[in-house]
This record gives sequence, C-alpha cells and structure tokens, in this order.
Amino acid sequence: MPIMNDTIQFNVGEHRLALEKALKLAPQDIVMEIREAGLKGRGGAGFPTGTKWLMALSAIADKKFVICNADEGEPGTFKDRVLLDEYTNLVIDGITIGGYAIQAAEAIIYLRAEYKYLHHKLERFLEEKRENNQLGNNILNSGFNFDIKIRLGSGAYVCGEETALIESLEGHRGEARNRPPFPVNTGFMGYPTIVNNVETFASAAIIISKGAEWFREIGISKSYGTKLVSISGDCKKPGVYEVPFGISINDLLKMVQADEAKAVQVGGASGQCIPESQFDRKISFEDLSTGGSVMIFNKSRDMLHILRNFMEFFVEESCGQCSPCRIGNKKLLEGVELIEQGKCSYTYLNELIELGKSMQLASKCGLGQSSPNPFISILTNFENEVFSTR
Amino acid sequence: MLVSEKHGLTLEIEKLAEKYGRTREALLPILQEIQMKHGYISEFAQQEIANFLDIHPVEVYGVVTFYAFLSRKPQGRYIVKLCQTIACDLAGKEAIARAIERELNIKFGETTPDMKFTLEYINCMGMCDQGPALLINDDVYTHLTPHKTIEIIKSYK
Repeated sequence: MPIMNDTIQFNVGEHRLALEKALKLAPQDIVMEIREAGLKGRGGAGFPTGTKWLMALSAIADKKFVICNADEGEPGTFKDRVLLDEYTNLVIDGITIGGYAIQAAEAIIYLRAEYKYLHHKLERFLEEKRENNQLGNNILNSGFNFDIKIRLGSGAYVCGEETALIESLEGHRGEARNRPPFPVNTGFMGYPTIVNNVETFASAAIIISKGAEWFREIGISKSYGTKLVSISGDCKKPGVYEVPFGISINDLLKMVQADEAKAVQVGGASGQCIPESQFDRKISFEDLSTGGSVMIFNKSRDMLHILRNFMEFFVEESCGQCSPCRIGNKKLLEGVELIEQGKCSYTYLNELIELGKSMQLASKCGLGQSSPNPFISILTNFENEVFSTR
Repeated sequence: MLVSEKHGLTLEIEKLAEKYGRTREALLPILQEIQMKHGYISEFAQQEIANFLDIHPVEVYGVVTFYAFLSRKPQGRYIVKLCQTIACDLAGKEAIARAIERELNIKFGETTPDMKFTLEYINCMGMCDQGPALLINDDVYTHLTPHKTIEIIKSYK
C-alpha cells in the first residue's frame, strides 16, 4: 500500500530528474540547498541534515561513506518499509545525491532483518540503476563514481542508533560508541560517514528537485516540509500518511477516523503518551517530535498493559552495555508489575520516576535516554487510571 | 557431528570467507548465511569462522548471542516469529499465539520434535497497520485470524 495522501512532496513523478539536476551542481551547492531548506533528520533525532553533510564534506580523508539507515525498529513505525517498497527510486536517488554532496564513492543500505523480503527487489532495482548509468562509474556522464550495496541486520533494535549500526556493519555487537568523535569524522572503518534515515534521503532528493524555497513554504517555523507518519492502533484507516509539520493530534485523529481515542503514543515506544486534554498539540520538532510512529489507543484499552508491553520491549532490546539502561529498564518493568499487584507505594512510584529521569541523563545512547519516556508520561498523564484508582 | 559433516562445514565457511573477505566486517554476512542454511551456528562453526577471520572465538560467540536472528541451538526448518509489540498485541496477538501453540503442540521458544517448526516471539516487525502479523523464515503474513494462521501453518507442513 503506498502513502495514503502522497500529494504534497512525495508525488514521485515530479522528481524523476532530481539526480540529473544534482549532478550539474557543485557538491557545496547541494549542501547549501539542503541547509537552506532546513531539513532535519527524519529518523527521530532531528539533527540538521545540511550541517551533517557539510561536516562530512569538509572532512579530509581518502574515502568517505554514506549509510542509509533502514533499520526501522521503533514500535509503530513502518514508513521506511513503504518508501523502500514503493518509492525506491526516490530513496536511491537521495542516497546518490548524498554521496555526491559529501564526495563519497560508496554507500551501504543497512536493511533490518525483518524486511529481508524486500532485499531481492532492492538488489534488482540497484542493478537496473546501474544499467541505466544512474549508479556505477561516470554516472550520467558527470564523472561521478558511486555505488550502493545492501547489508542486512540481524534483529537488534539498538542498531538503529547510528554508532551501534556502524559497529554492526564492522562485524561487532551493536553497542553504541562514545560520541564524540561523531561519524562525520570517524565513522565506518574510521572514515567520515553520514548516516541518514531512509525518509531523510528521499526528502533531500525532493529538495533538490523542487528547491529549498518551495520546501520551506510547507510546515511551520523551524519544522519545514512534510513528515511521513505511520498510524496504527485503534482507528478505521491505519497506514502511512504524508502530513505537513504543525498538524495537530486532533486533525490526525480525524484523518484516520479514530473516534474513541483516549491516548496517543507519539514517537513510538520511546516517545510520549498524550492524553485527550493535549490533543491540540502539534507534530513538530519543537512540540511532539516523532520519527513517524503514531499509535492510537481507545477508551477500552488498559494503559498499564500498554506500558508493560513497552517496558518488556526495552528490557529485551537494551544492549546491556551501560548500567542505567540495563538495570533501569528492569527496575521500571518490576515497578509496573508491582503496580499490577497493588503493591507499589506512592513513595516508591516517585522514586521510579526519579530513576527514569536519571536514566534520561546518564544512559550512553538514545535507547536508554528515551526508554523511560513511556513510563514517565503514562504515569504522569494517566496516573488516575493506572495508579490511584487501581 | 560426524567428521565428514565437520569437514563439509569447514569448506563451506572457507568459501564464505573467500566471498565476503577474511576481515571482521565479513563476520555478520557469514553468520547470516550459516544461520540461513543450517538453522543455527554450532560451536564448531563459530570456531572455524574465528579461525578464518583470525579473531578470537569469543568474539564470534559475543556477536552470535547479541542478535535475535542468530541462534546457537538447532532450530526448526521453519521459524515462526509472531510479533508481540503493542499494535499487534492490541490487534489480537494472544489468540493467534494460543492457536499456533495448540496446532503445533509446543510452547513459544520450543521446536517441534520433527525439527520442522520453531516458535518465537519477535519485537515490532513494522506491520503495525496490518496486525496481528508474523514471519515464517522471511515471508510475511498479516491481518491474521486464528483460522487463517492455522491454514498458513498447514501449508508449511
């Protein structure tokens, strides 16, 4: 199934010439165009893409790498699957444009093992691109040499974190590295590397195709363009939607016909759980930030059951490298069990929330820094249901 | 393991090492191929891979134990992986789980005695809009009902 309303940016027919256009520009001009557009990373972290590319372009090295992060593991996110499956050309052109912009010769798509069924299709597509001289040596007679290969993951959520992903590519356990140094200086095999989300590359191709100015007209201040959101849970029309930044939760719910919503989880398991009283809040980097996951829970759902599911997820997926994440998530899950049994005191609950805040500060990578989010937000926003009247 | 089997495995690993290169980055692709072909990565295979890549066997062990899709124990020919994350959970994962358990007469984490099916849970597989969902090896099945699931399982029997 394609994107439900791909009318704003993703009407791909318009972007056929993005690559050709890009190769006529100087690499610096592409980076400047992306910077001017104000494109921020679509995977969830929201780092300015132009800044990342500029740092990689200015790094001095004999080799540079582009990595497309297709390890879409955040619960409730499936937009990258749709992009890779149905908008393949846009993604591949975006990666090639990224490679040209930082002057790399090689790219790797890190495809999650769960999407292995897309592997052959993607390989065939890359082969077609090579035959059409849109990949390989001297692309479209521009003198630019670039190729893309695909590497599969093996089922580890943490490998969506860029340094863990690089570790995995280098043949190690997917344990996050200390940052700095950042991958733009010391990335894959020690070479300058940009790691971007699938949607970020697609958006970059769109910006080159339509121009930074056009892009900045869409969305709201500081969050430009559109976002693909994957909507699931209790609604009549789940799927992937393209929405301009600044859309409110209320409008999203109307769009997918969710009439009975009690809570909306924005940003996946590691995101925030929003109650009805906050449904006027907006999807943007400044308010409700999301890598694409929006899950809707209706009035019949038990929020504690949902929280338990999230915490079990984090206990399993924590890589175990740093103790705030390894032990903290276990303690939070045990806390959920105590609440279920009616054995958790109010004092202990507050201690657990404090523990969550410590994990946000002290964990080494994004996993542990964000895994207490559902615990804190569900127990804050739904305290009455989950704790007080239980 | 028979000596001839061991020898065959060594040759196979050597071929893979030639294909992917005798470097550390080749480790995961080699492990993935062995996993796919044999359903697991035996201790002997881990030793041999370590030899060819010139790394300590414990490094190989560390990687094998880290990733959910790599296994150290023999698994069934078909690995049934049911998504347990929240969207599939709310869509009725429990009923699917019970139906498969009854049909195959094993619990999650177990393998049928004829080594045909292994039953596992996995975390979010990105089919949240079409749950409940499961993978059998690399094939995806969505919008499951208990009845539909049994028909799917039967088609692999």
